[in-house]
Amino acid sequence: MKHLSITAVLVWIAMAFASVSQAQAQSQAGSDTSDLEPLLARLVDASLSEAVELIPQLETQGGRGILPLFTAMFDNSLAVDPESMTFYRLAEDNSATPVYPPADASNDEAVQLLPTAADELERIRVSNRLRVLLRDAIARIRLFEGDAEERSIAAAELLSQMGEDTVLLLREALASEEDAEVREVLEVGIAMNVLVSDAPDEERLQVVPTLHGRLEAPVRNLLNSLLDPNGRNEQNPEVRAAIEEANAAIDTRIRFYGFIEELFYGLSLGSVLLLAAIGLAVTFGVMGVINMAHGEMLMLGAYTTYVVQLVMPGFITYSLWVAIPAAFLVSASVGILIQRYVIRYLHGRPLETLLATFGISLILQQTVRTIFSPLNRMVVSPEWMSGTIQINPVLAITNNRLFILIFSLIVFFALMMILRKTSLGLQVRAVSQNRNMAKAMGIRTDRVDALTFGLGSGIAGIAGVALSQLTNVGPNLGQSYIIDSFMVVVFGGVGNLFGTLVGAFSLGVSNKFLEPAVGAVLAKIITLVFIIVFIQFRPKGLFPQKGRAAE
Amino acid sequence: MSTRKPKSSMILKAGACLMGLMALSPVAVAQDTIKVGVLHSLSGTMAISETTLKDTVLMLVEQQNERGGVLGRQLEPVVVDPASDWPLFAEKTRELLTQEEVDVIFGAWTSVSRKSMLPVLEELNGLLFYPVQYEGEESSKNIFYTGAAPNQQAIPAVDYLMNELGIERWVLAGTDYVYPRTTNRILEAYLKANGVADEDIMINYTPFSHSDWQSIVADIRRFGSTGKPTAVVSTINGDANVPFYRELSNQGVSSFDIPVMAFSVGEEELSGIDTRPLVGHMAAWNYFQSVDTAQNEEFIDNWHDFIGSESRVTNDPMEATYIGFNMWVKAVEKAGTTDVDAVEQAMIGMETPNLTGGTAVMGKNHHLSKPVLIGEIQENGQFQVVWETEGLVPGDAWSDYLEGSRVLEADWTDPIRCGNYNTVTEVCSGQSY
Repeated sequence: MKHLSITAVLVWIAMAFASVSQAQAQSQAGSDTSDLEPLLARLVDASLSEAVELIPQLETQGGRGILPLFTAMFDNSLAVDPESMTFYRLAEDNSATPVYPPADASNDEAVQLLPTAADELERIRVSNRLRVLLRDAIARIRLFEGDAEERSIAAAELLSQMGEDTVLLLREALASEEDAEVREVLEVGIAMNVLVSDAPDEERLQVVPTLHGRLEAPVRNLLNSLLDPNGRNEQNPEVRAAIEEANAAIDTRIRFYGFIEELFYGLSLGSVLLLAAIGLAVTFGVMGVINMAHGEMLMLGAYTTYVVQLVMPGFITYSLWVAIPAAFLVSASVGILIQRYVIRYLHGRPLETLLATFGISLILQQTVRTIFSPLNRMVVSPEWMSGTIQINPVLAITNNRLFILIFSLIVFFALMMILRKTSLGLQVRAVSQNRNMAKAMGIRTDRVDALTFGLGSGIAGIAGVALSQLTNVGPNLGQSYIIDSFMVVVFGGVGNLFGTLVGAFSLGVSNKFLEPAVGAVLAKIITLVFIIVFIQFRPKGLFPQKGRAAE
Repeated sequence: MSTRKPKSSMILKAGACLMGLMALSPVAVAQDTIKVGVLHSLSGTMAISETTLKDTVLMLVEQQNERGGVLGRQLEPVVVDPASDWPLFAEKTRELLTQEEVDVIFGAWTSVSRKSMLPVLEELNGLLFYPVQYEGEESSKNIFYTGAAPNQQAIPAVDYLMNELGIERWVLAGTDYVYPRTTNRILEAYLKANGVADEDIMINYTPFSHSDWQSIVADIRRFGSTGKPTAVVSTINGDANVPFYRELSNQGVSSFDIPVMAFSVGEEELSGIDTRPLVGHMAAWNYFQSVDTAQNEEFIDNWHDFIGSESRVTNDPMEATYIGFNMWVKAVEKAGTTDVDAVEQAMIGMETPNLTGGTAVMGKNHHLSKPVLIGEIQENGQFQVVWETEGLVPGDAWSDYLEGSRVLEADWTDPIRCGNYNTVTEVCSGQSY
């Protein structure tokens, strides 16, 4: 029985492949090079539509040994040396690992290639249709070859195409599978198949509990279709009741995880708002300077990240750690210059300050446009910033958002510590509460003003590093955040750092819960209207300054 | 018809008077150059896209002058900057036509800027070549549309998704302004006419420069998890694309699970970003830099020489500018004058080679016939052509899929001479764009 089932699968995959015994032999022995080579030679010159036909043949001929070649092709990094017909996986740094012919165990290290040699390699092109074929083929091989995680992913991928052949493959895998988690997914697949087969109702009833509360999309779609009068429409009332129960459990779980997801999105948006606003909370909140050039401080930080990546191209992974202090220094020094040469002379004249800083923001934008061109610049995300933490099939948390959420909190508390615990912080608070008294106490208010403005601008620069990972780095970056920043600071209460924190996160979360219901455009409008109304009733924001500080 | 003729002659007289006045003023131009207005934003949001087109026109003018100019006269470019400020487009158009007395204008990118220029062009009888894909529903005597109309980009792209990839569920995602809204209205009507159910279409609009795509991408993911093949048709414009694609890839939505077909993402937009998350997603245009023809190679070489950088890319609006410019030169030579009315008539039926190896033809409705290409984005920021139409697709000013505009037709030849001729009532409603 077992041999027959493998054969059935392979015959189905191969279509054109005639010899059953040969297929069996190959699936055990891996690749038989003699039949594979002509196929590979055709692959090199094939057009995209010809390649579509070659993949299934390669899968049967190549057996499991073809996996490295397939994965390289799937990842868009397969290249061939037409002379020796050796296939390589090209890495970004131009090193190449041979994937075919299979490397010996002794020399499976990456072969470093000179740039010229890498140029001689011919890249194999892939299209979406090829990627779909490759993904399925890879899943079928990984079901037997991969580690536990890969096997479980492969099994989950195969759920979306439950034909008779896939079921045979799943049963085959289940027979030798030991990992409990993978077994569970395999059983789900088999249960799905039983449920739609013409097995007796008792047997079908038995498998329904296996699907209870499963979050995989194909399971949900199958159950929905079984309950749908226009779909498969299950007739047996008992089975139907069981399916309804299983489906309800799935819905409950999905709603729960959906809520968690929205919450995370809200917090993440809140963290971006917090980062954008936190520098302004110092310059506008503490010093009272209406700084329209605040957005450009973010932009300078983002451009600093770009420049840092430009000067250390080989070290993208560490570039952000260098960019953070660099961005702080750049934005802080620009901030100090602005304070010393413009804002200082406009002290106590908010309207003129607003106009002057707005002018400065235009100057900075155009300067950047002249130096770096009006085009957006490319900031690369390091490996560790991309990807997701897949908690279950419906809930995934993206790494970059998670890091930025944590980062925003770190920056916030660091700033809080500076203002609360250092002598600079003490002086800043003293000057902002009563300038003349502070002066009388021997505090050099001019110097404190400059340093405070520098601190606020520098923190905006750090925020710019984080924003460069989320959005475009271009001359207009600052403009898109300036309104949000003012909104958060005013909402949270001018002069209150903690208010900025609460304001950012509550606006973020409420916006994200509104968005699915009313759409992104309307959600933003509702948020702004809410703030306008809110300010009418509490003009000093969520957490107004109290006592003498409120002067 | 009889009411139109005196009107246009009055405009001519007014124009002649105005020119007479101008001739007396010190701004008067030397007789021996032909002035070419370049009206692209060099600052503000649209500078990112439009600066390139300004350079393209300057390059074409330089080349034409090396070939001896037009009608034995040198071309003199007049560059002004409307600064991505839509009302300023109208003012600058007036300035170009009355003070600088340009004979032709190459310019505009967004539809709203073109709409702002249109009344001025018609009032002063100017001539505009508009090089960007747009939503259609317009045809003016004074404008030639060398970019794609919806039936030269959107409809073939949807056909490709439907027929070649078997897509059954559709997300129409766009930025919230006139081009995406009109295009999506056309596409929605088209999809429904092809038997797509209401619940299989999801429409989503986002503000300009939208950067937080988390919940929208999550929605798209959920929408696409019903087992039916799903695709996103994106009219998302400019800046917002980068975070959108990044979020797609971060949430694990790959180009073969839910492919994105974009109408506003070209080589230029890709050159500023990390393209890894975009690989495999698609775009529909009439031109790709990767198209391998001799004309294209020459154009790219000339561009690199002119701009002084090998890394600068070419794109579809540049080709549209190229075609428009060459057609204008030919039309002026055919008419023997730069007079707008004469050039306008000479333009119709004009043929000029395009860069993808065929011939572009100017139709009676002031729109071009062009091939449509579908490309998949590659890691190097270029496109790999996966499909193209057989032969040329004539641009259709008034969509056949919208109530109301189905019966309209633009025809600038005798005897109709109208931008919105109703074929049922046989009436030209005149100014109602």
